[in-house]
Amino acid sequence: VTAAVTLPPARTPERTGPPRLLVVDGSNQTIRDRSLRELPTLLEPGDLLVLNDAATLPASLALTSHDAELRLAGFDGDTAFRDVVFRAVLFRSGSWREPTEERVAAPALGVGERFAAGSLRGRVVAVDSREPRLVTVRFEPTGAALLAALYREGRVIQYSYLTRPLELWDVQNGYAARPWAFEPPSAGLGITFGLLTGLRRRGIELARLSHAAGISSTGSLSLDQRLPFPERYEIPVEAVDAVARARASGRRVIAVGTTVVRALESAARLPDGLRAGEGSATLVLGPGFRRQVVDGILSGLHEQGTSHFSLLESFVDRSLLASANRHAAESGYLQHEFGDVCLVLGSA
Amino acid sequence: MTNFQQTAALVTGASRGLGRALAERLAERGARVVLVARGKGALDEVVEGIRRRGGVAHGLTADLGDKHAVHPLAAAAAELVGPLDLLVHNASELGPTPLRPLLDTACEDLTRVLDVNLVGPFRLSKIIAGSMALRRRGTIVHVSSDASVNAYAGWGAYSISKAALDHLGRLLAVELEEHGVRVFSVDPGEMDTEMHRAALPDADPHTLLDPAAVARTIVRMIESNGVPPGARLEASSFEVAS
Repeated sequence: VTAAVTLPPARTPERTGPPRLLVVDGSNQTIRDRSLRELPTLLEPGDLLVLNDAATLPASLALTSHDAELRLAGFDGDTAFRDVVFRAVLFRSGSWREPTEERVAAPALGVGERFAAGSLRGRVVAVDSREPRLVTVRFEPTGAALLAALYREGRVIQYSYLTRPLELWDVQNGYAARPWAFEPPSAGLGITFGLLTGLRRRGIELARLSHAAGISSTGSLSLDQRLPFPERYEIPVEAVDAVARARASGRRVIAVGTTVVRALESAARLPDGLRAGEGSATLVLGPGFRRQVVDGILSGLHEQGTSHFSLLESFVDRSLLASANRHAAESGYLQHEFGDVCLVLGSA
Repeated sequence: MTNFQQTAALVTGASRGLGRALAERLAERGARVVLVARGKGALDEVVEGIRRRGGVAHGLTADLGDKHAVHPLAAAAAELVGPLDLLVHNASELGPTPLRPLLDTACEDLTRVLDVNLVGPFRLSKIIAGSMALRRRGTIVHVSSDASVNAYAGWGAYSISKAALDHLGRLLAVELEEHGVRVFSVDPGEMDTEMHRAALPDADPHTLLDPAAVARTIVRMIESNGVPPGARLEASSFEVAS
């Protein structure tokens, strides 16, 4: 196995142009340099592109009751915002410029302990037995009042590698609707309205689902190894039908982001197979994962050794991925949320 | 959009006048409606009224002239009623009253009117229409005014904002049509509303239209498949046209 190759991160949310697109094609074992704007011509008419339409929440709460930041990491209940319980991770309070790894010495909160982030009040309902920073919390308001308080008191989860703090406008995909994501489903950040139009004109079919993307990093290795937590998803009947039609006629299903792979592949493994409705994705897409539904993925660039990278191994073999990663590093590709992207097409 | 039972709608400026009447009519027809207004008191009363009559309604307060108000608003709306299928840009600001010549209008007042009447709808459509396009399902309605096509002395700031709003609607219509999203504008005519009283305090209310009647016409336009993309319709002549 080749040593991991490190790519530099894109350091600002502003783009000067479309992201670069690295095409890794398992069907002919090729690697090509393209631009995301060329995506329509890189796909075939009839291919189905499935997107995650979750909007990104302001999931970071600076507690005013404790010297801590509470990062909401996922829904723990099944009814978003009506009587919702969140999984959350505690950090020592600090500025967005401090790497999260340096903020793991968080104050402990006990079961039943109350906390506040400004006017938003909540209570700890459970603490993980192994990781005291991993808690389950419930807020006092529910529904619209909870949403209003969260948007008033919370802010978007920040990344210390950026040159400026992020705001909500920076982290929304152009086709987002319900606020279910705790960090942005970032593979879609480069998919502009113009690109959607180009895809439609080329005859690419588009479908959407909602997947509550959780947090990507907790600052500690032992906790990171438990990511991703179970994530809530909802697959509409239109997407189920579109997938069935594509598969029946031998057309490809391409996921925009790992969240879409996780939702579709988790649902496909249920006793009744892929059906419309809500569910909780528990599938871990690590080494040994065999895809059943998805033929390709548009994704951010990820380093070897990460779980994202393992996921890609279910599409193409490890040696091609390693070559692709070396090529990306030599060619100056940028990684992380606002960086370049890759299109990984599976071997037939 | 003939079946409002399956429709998630958002109406701005919904605590009074035409916006209120539109929200009430849509809810009566079975739509799940989010009503948006700046002040909470009047809005809550309208929402309660709709609920008492068995409708599904939620009130959200927001200042549409504020860039940071849009994401909380769109997110809460989508969570409360589902991804939006219908967006009615009805809220608008007249500018300072009594009405005055354009050259007597403060620069800041013109900016504020444009922020609320033009940039506000742009921002909201910018973050909502992408989801409509992805679903190939949606209608966006701009409430216009005859002041958008006629130059009435004294109506400067409002008039300019509505002329630009008409064109915003035409451009969105052109770009969204191939995604199955319809956009059109409606000139509702002169109605007996608080805004009309602020603009023309001496007008005889008996010569003015009832907002509830105009709302019924606009809801028929939304239902109709015959409205051309980007059209600017007059509520008073729609019956004849259809």
